[in-house]
Amino acid sequence: MRTLLAVTRRELAAYFATPVAYVFIVIFLVLLGALTFSVGAFFERGQADLAPFFTFHPWLYLLLIPAITMRLWAEERRTGTIELLLTLPVAMWQAVLGKFLAAWAFTGIALALTFPFVVIVNWLGSPDNGVIVAGYAGSLLLAGCYLAVGAAVSALTRNQVIAFVLATAACFVFTVFGSPVVAGFVADAIPPAVLEAARRISLIGRYESITRGVISARDLVFFATFIAFWLYANAVIVELKKAG
Amino acid sequence: MTAMIEVEGLTKRFGPVLAVDGISMSVRRGEVLGFLGPNGAGKSTTMKMIAGFLTPTAGTARLCGHDVLAEPLEVKRRLGYLPEGAPTYPDMTVLAFLRWVASVRGFAGAEHRARVERAIRLTSLGEVLYYPIEALSKGFKRRVGLAQALLHDPEVLVLDEPTDGLDPNQKHEVRRLITAMAPQKAIVISTHILEEVEAICTRAVVIARGRLVADGSPESLAARSRWHNAVSVRVLPDQREAAIAALEALPGVARVEVARTDGLVTISALPRAGQPIEAAVRQALSAASVAPRELRIERGRLDEVFRAITTGRAADALCEAA
Repeated sequence: MRTLLAVTRRELAAYFATPVAYVFIVIFLVLLGALTFSVGAFFERGQADLAPFFTFHPWLYLLLIPAITMRLWAEERRTGTIELLLTLPVAMWQAVLGKFLAAWAFTGIALALTFPFVVIVNWLGSPDNGVIVAGYAGSLLLAGCYLAVGAAVSALTRNQVIAFVLATAACFVFTVFGSPVVAGFVADAIPPAVLEAARRISLIGRYESITRGVISARDLVFFATFIAFWLYANAVIVELKKAG
Repeated sequence: MTAMIEVEGLTKRFGPVLAVDGISMSVRRGEVLGFLGPNGAGKSTTMKMIAGFLTPTAGTARLCGHDVLAEPLEVKRRLGYLPEGAPTYPDMTVLAFLRWVASVRGFAGAEHRARVERAIRLTSLGEVLYYPIEALSKGFKRRVGLAQALLHDPEVLVLDEPTDGLDPNQKHEVRRLITAMAPQKAIVISTHILEEVEAICTRAVVIARGRLVADGSPESLAARSRWHNAVSVRVLPDQREAAIAALEALPGVARVEVARTDGLVTISALPRAGQPIEAAVRQALSAASVAPRELRIERGRLDEVFRAITTGRAADALCEAA
């Protein structure tokens, strides 16, 4: 446990060791604000909720989460510190989980800094704060899924740019599978059974139902399984690379 | 005493390239094993496999009885490992980095503090504690890597080129440190510097093209040189011919080599089969009334032996007996 915490703490500190973390948080908040207020028509809708705010999270995460995860393993490979990390008495699961938790905590910090939206909407009206809490939980879970994919992809390469592009592509696939636009577009081309299977592993449908305030055990189990699967894949990739 | 490091048929294949080919050896407590070989011979690959960073294609390594494949964490707890190039996290300060290593190794409280302080003291890092590692010189970076490897006072040390990039004073310090720790530990160091092997290693292992080609004490390796027991004398230029004739006439002398240095002529007599020829040389010279200004017995030239056994041209440089 102490080892896991040490790994997580170091990774989290590494984010803030350079200005990149602050730049990232500012970009996240500015983009989210711009999208919510202009594209999402936050004021014009005249409703006291954060629906326009949460709608954009999956798309924003698509670009920003790979930026968080790209360095996790690729940087260690490039600088050679992976040899140090993997020859310390750190179990593989501790290294993988430690890095993931640090990235998740960083995302949590960025997400927590969106609290002014909650303040504004409570000041202007009387929203259902339960739904807002559910929205944040859903957003954090969705971020966790993207992070797990991104971390695993980062272990494939020593090049951060490649890690970024691959992670974005992979997350994109898992996001759009379920979106009605894509489903309608490819409905003629692929068999319904495949479409149904694709919809089941897509993230966005489940995310949207959570942000509407519907937290079902099945969705939670799905998110947990999705994250666990990718963390396991991450460990397998690192282990395979050792066999060189 | 039992072996602390046992390497059994360690083999590593990268695609079509056989980087390490069935290396077996064992290292006991108190031994300092010098791991020699040309670049690309498989030294670092072997060390990475012993440390559990690379998975061997075949064979295994055991540290203190723990198999690196079956019980990697037990091995890593007992091992201090300095990877090739001494990688450390560049954005951390020296102190933060060493504290992190201590935490990862499971130390807490007073012991945590004591371990970090001891590592800093051993490697003389006191003056750069608050510098980010990326701002340090190559020598300091290497010492941070060394501090990390020594922090938990491990029973087994595997150090990949511990003195690379250090200045002569720092090299001396590190060698002293290794010699001081040697009696309680089993130590493996890889190096290119042959004088280092003679200075601190109790045993030298040479690998070439992934295979173990020599294993013995530095002295026994040097004894394989055709220079082993050679006698070099320095004489005045006018006695040159007489000295050469006297030495060439000796039955125990295989070859005579001449070099001119600062006014005097150095004449070396290389013995047949490494036999001691000092007495015969002294006798022959005084019979020829040559008075050498200086007479020196060579122990053997390790660099020559190294070149000969790693390039496979043994006949060039080794004496016939070896």
